[in-house]
Formats: sequence, C-alpha cells, structure tokens
Amino acid sequence: MLTDERRPAPAAVPPPAEPAPRRRRPWPTVALFLSPALFLFALLVLTPIVVAGYASFFNWNGFGAPSAFVGLDNFQRLLTDEIFVGDLRRTLLLIVLSLGIQVPVSLALAMLLNQPLRGRRVYRMLFFAPYVLSEVVTAVLFTMIFSPNQGLANHFTQLIGLGDLGATWLADTDTVMYSLFFVISWKYFGFHTILYLAGRQSIPPELHDAAAMDGAGAWQAFRHITLPLLGPTIRISVFLSVLGTIQLFDMVWVLTGGGPVRSSETLAVTMFQEGFKRFHVGYASAISMVIFLISVTFGLLYQRFVLRRDLEGAVTTMGDQR
Amino acid sequence: MPSIRFNRRSLLGLAGVGAVGAVLGGCGDDGKSSGSNKTIRWWHIANTDPMLSAWAAMANKFTETHPGVKFEITPLENESFKTKLTTNVQAGDPPDIFHTWGGGVLFQQAEAGMVKDLTTDVTGWRDTLIPTALNAYTNDGKTYASPVDTGMVGFWYNKELFARAGVNTPPATWAEYLEAVRRLKAAGITPIALAGKEKWPGHYYWAYLAMRVGGLDALRQAAVDKNFATPDFIAAGGHLAELVALQPFQTGFLAAGYSTADGQAATVGNGKAAMELMGQWAPVVQRDNSAGKKGLGDKLGFFAFPAVDGGKGQGTDVFGGGGGFAVGKDAPPEAIEFLKFIAQPENARIEAKTAGVLPVVKAADDAVTDPNLQQVGKALAASTGFQLYLDQAYAPAIGQQVNDSVAELLAGKASPERVAQAITTAAKQG
Repeated sequence: MLTDERRPAPAAVPPPAEPAPRRRRPWPTVALFLSPALFLFALLVLTPIVVAGYASFFNWNGFGAPSAFVGLDNFQRLLTDEIFVGDLRRTLLLIVLSLGIQVPVSLALAMLLNQPLRGRRVYRMLFFAPYVLSEVVTAVLFTMIFSPNQGLANHFTQLIGLGDLGATWLADTDTVMYSLFFVISWKYFGFHTILYLAGRQSIPPELHDAAAMDGAGAWQAFRHITLPLLGPTIRISVFLSVLGTIQLFDMVWVLTGGGPVRSSETLAVTMFQEGFKRFHVGYASAISMVIFLISVTFGLLYQRFVLRRDLEGAVTTMGDQR
Repeated sequence: MPSIRFNRRSLLGLAGVGAVGAVLGGCGDDGKSSGSNKTIRWWHIANTDPMLSAWAAMANKFTETHPGVKFEITPLENESFKTKLTTNVQAGDPPDIFHTWGGGVLFQQAEAGMVKDLTTDVTGWRDTLIPTALNAYTNDGKTYASPVDTGMVGFWYNKELFARAGVNTPPATWAEYLEAVRRLKAAGITPIALAGKEKWPGHYYWAYLAMRVGGLDALRQAAVDKNFATPDFIAAGGHLAELVALQPFQTGFLAAGYSTADGQAATVGNGKAAMELMGQWAPVVQRDNSAGKKGLGDKLGFFAFPAVDGGKGQGTDVFGGGGGFAVGKDAPPEAIEFLKFIAQPENARIEAKTAGVLPVVKAADDAVTDPNLQQVGKALAASTGFQLYLDQAYAPAIGQQVNDSVAELLAGKASPERVAQAITTAAKQG
C-alpha cells in the first residue's frame, strides 16, 4: 500500500527540535473540553469501582462507614457459596447457548434477509422490533405468555394439537433457564441480525460475482467469501453477547426474580439480593468486584487475542506517533 | 425496579452496590431540615386509589392549619418502596415520614441513627390506641414509629368451594386441615393459591406452624440464640412438608406473583382456588385483581390458622402485622405533629373506611363494617399472643433466609432439617 512506501523515509519529517507553532497541541483547549467528561467519568465510573473494591474487604451492612475489616473473607466465602458457584455455572450455560444457537440463527437470518425478498424491509423491521423494547417490558410480556393457566405459549401448543408440550415454563427448575434463554434470544437476535446484515452488505459484490463466474456454489461462496469477510462482525457480536450475559439483570429480575428456588439467579441478581434484601453490602460489593473482574479480564483478553486484527489500523494517532 | 437501572452493555456500570450508597452518603445531608424549610417528604405504599387520594386529602387538611408546611408525597408500590427506601436510608437521607412494618428492619434503621426516637412524642396519644399497637415498633422500651393500622394473617376461603367438597366447618386442627385439602383435591378443586415467586406469602405457613408447634417463646428464643435447628422448627417444617406432599397449590405456583393478573389473589378472587393464607388486606386485593373487579363477595370467609395437636403454641396466638409511620432523622417537628394528626379518631376512621383496614385507634373501631374484617378484629382482640411477620421481625438477612429456605421446602427441594440449618447459618453470620 501507499503508506508503506512512505514509512522508510522518516528523514522527511522535520526534526522535533524546532516545532512549528501551528503544530503545537492546543492543550488548554483540550483540557477545557475534556474536563467535564473526565469529571463525570471519574465520579460515576471510577469512584464507584474504587469504593466497591474498598467495601468488599469489610463486613458492612451499608449503614454508616464500613468498620469491620475482614480482608479477603468475603471472596473466600464466595468460593463455597452454592448460589454464587451456581451463578457462574448458569452464566456459562447462557453463554454456550447464546454462541451455539443465537449467533448462528442470527447469521442465517441475516443471509436470508440479504436475498432479494419481497417485503424484506418489513421483515427487517419486524425482527429488529424486540430489541427496541426495554428488558423490563419484554420480561413482563413473557411472564404473561408463559403463564401456565392463561398464557399464550400453552394456548398455542394446544391449538396445534401438541397440548402435551404445554408446561409450567417459568415455574419449573428444569425448564426455567431454557425459557429465560428463549426470551433473551427473542429480544436480542434482531440486533445481531442487523449487525450481520450490515457486515454482509459491506462485502463488495464483485467478490461474489467473481466466485460465481469461477463456478462456486452458494455454500462455497458463503464458506470461503462471506464467512471470512464477516469475521470482524462475528467477533464483535460474540463480544457483546458474552458481556451482556455476564451482566444480565433486569430481564431475570422481572421475569423470575431468580426463582424458582434461586434456579435462575445470575451474578447480578445474587448481588442485588445480598445488597438490597439482606443488607450484606460488603459481600455484595465482593460479588460486584468479581463481575467487574470477569468482564474486564474477558474484555482485555478478547481484545488482545481475538479483536487485535480488526482493531489494527483503527487506532487514533497523535500526528506521527502511534 | 425503577430505582436501580442496570445497562446491559455498560461494562463498568455494575461496579458496586456499596458504592452507590457511599457516594450518595457524601452528599446526603444537604440541610433539608433547616428551620425555615418546612417541606415534609412523605413516602407511603398506598399507591392506588381510594387510599392514595385519602392520604393526599389528609395532608391538605393538615397544611390548612399549619401554614408554611408543604408536603412532597411519594406513593410507591410495595417492593419498589422497600428497594428505594433501602437506597435512601443507606445513603443517610431517609424521607421525613415513611411507611414501616416495624421489627428488625426498623430497629436496624434506628441503630444506624436514621429514624427519630418517638417514645416521648407518642405518649401524647398512646392511650387512644389498642394495647398491642406499639409492640412491633418498640425495642428496649424505645418507640420508633406511630402505628396506623393492624391485622393478622389467616385463611381466606371460598365457602361455596368448601361446601362442594363436603367441608362444612373450617378445620380447627392441622390434621383436619390436611383432610380438608384432600377432600378439595378429590372434588377436583385446587385447594390453595400461593405466590411462589414472591416468597413472603410462603413463609406465613412455616412461621405459623413454628408458632403452633413451639410457641411464641420458641421464635423469640431462636432469634436470641441464633439457633433454629431445634426439634420444634424441624417439626414445623415436617408439618409443612406433609402439606406440600399433597400437592395442594395451583399449577405453576412457583412462578406466580401475588397481586398480578393470574397471581395468588386473582386465583382465589376468580374462584379458581379454594383458599389462601393472607393478611387482613386479602379481600381488597382479591377484588381488585379478579375479573370484573368483583371478588368473591359473600362467598368469602375467614378462619384462623389451625392448631397443631400436642403443640406448645395456643390456637389463639396470632401472626401478622400492620403499618405505621417512622420519622426520618432530619425531619422537621411538623412531621411528628402530622402523625399525631392522623391518629385523631376522625382521621383514623377515614383510613379504616377507605382502605378497609383495622384501625389501631380504639375510638375508630366503629368504622369497620365488613363482616370478615370484623371477624379478624375479634380474633385479634381475643388473641393470647402476637408475632410480627418473620421477614420484618428478624434482621433482614435472617428474614430473607427464612423466605428463601421455606420457598425451597415448598418446591420440594429441601428437607425440614436443611431449612432449619440454613436459617441458623444465616442467623450466625448476621
């Protein structure tokens, strides 16, 4: 590329010893415009993290200042807490289901919606619509749909002659996680479909034309052109899906409250239960720190190893320095 | 939950429960109580009419005689109220007047210095109240709230369905009760509606059985000793397990809410289940959530929780509670003045009539006209002992564990021993 040609000629850059006045960064202006955002970021993001981290070392009920320092006891207790360990297991289950079912289905749907289909704008809008609803509204809607007595779900299974399939979807510890996953998928698959659709449309049509001319079938074209070129989109979609699952709260809270018998609790729900119902604020802070650490670790590792290629070249530079 | 929002994609937003409290705590004491400012912030849980308007009217009447006083009323739904209040109290900024059920939750707030000690103020009107009215709000001789209504938990049943199953007199013992459940089932009637999702209605069964088996002292002693793994509590759990084994609850009860479209109250109110174990507000909630907002009307009856053969508790010991108002630490003196105002017989009468509750003010007794409520009032008047809801009486961590563990028992996922053990562990952890 052209930029490569220019790189081996650093001598062309004027020596930094004589900076031209017009090239000097307007630092006062930068500071002025940045400070409100930085202040808010520090107050609303950094401070809570630091305070939660501090609180997680105390046995504290949230009243007054924390005073009973317990070191790492809260974290040690987490390891033997059945509920917390169950949270991790359930989060993992949801991630596996999301990646194994939600991502492929969204991808397939995006490919379908990319075809010259009659009324495909309408389809695109319909599939995207659930994403616009808030999680709370979605959850309230599905508590009604899954109601064992008057719910639409069981009414529907009876209508199509599969009455035996009817179940107490949210009231059974064996089915609740799958019902929950269904609702999450219903809400978010449209979002992922739109992502893939956008990615698919940015692939130059010449590539598929050329492949068709060389005699490649639809599957071959998908496997060797579409899929590789969708790579960055898929990687972002997986990233968002995993992070969203780790932090899942609103939907579960309204849909099941974590029940029955705490069998659908997630990390954030357990944190809420401990902090706001039992007033174990120190312990709840420890859970929040674990959520934070899992999210950050995953985010950093994923960016370092998976997203690296996609992010290269997308770095904002300051003049010539990277 | 309107007060706490979690954004699905904000990586850092989840950073901490404690943080919210601590950060807000720093800016909580903005001098809301300065002498000239007479705004009273009042949080209550009567978020629907008719009581919503009745409270507002009462506040207006008060401001007429107290110029300069302004009310800022925040009506909240039960569960939202608990969450929002927790956030504000932990941030050191309690409302000036707020609803309370008394017990361990209130005493924890008092210990943290968040509510005013009303002991001397209440002496001004305590003689007008029924004798047990202050019990739930008093700890070590200090009173932290002024009660407004009272009541108890008992079985609300559908007389017609009971008659159809051949149960003609309400059961007086646990054995008779189980027999009644068997007969209802045999007649193809769902015996009991239960809101398994909300957990607190389930804990009524375990608490009442513990009271009947071990007596009130057992409940008090267990909290002091931090030990619930005693034969009495395990036996109580065992009796509850006998009931669970009969599968008496409506289909999908584990995910059912209380006051929702197909929740516990609606199921009974629509005649789809024969009874529910619930507090004095049950008839109103049944009516409001049933189809056509009619409820059961004359078909609704009330009987007290049956006695357990050989148990140490009296069949006349009652379990339940009412509501009261606590005063936040920075409240202006007019807030206490207002509590005295609503405890006046004419105002207590308005509340009893409008909300259909049992007043704590003796003179307002004549405002109770509903025969079922009168029956509750009689049972309360004849009671030999009183126990507040366990999830309010005990410290929050223990109360929640009671709710969670009993929910496991009701779902058939835990033994009575395990329930007793889990509550003991929670009590020891504090």
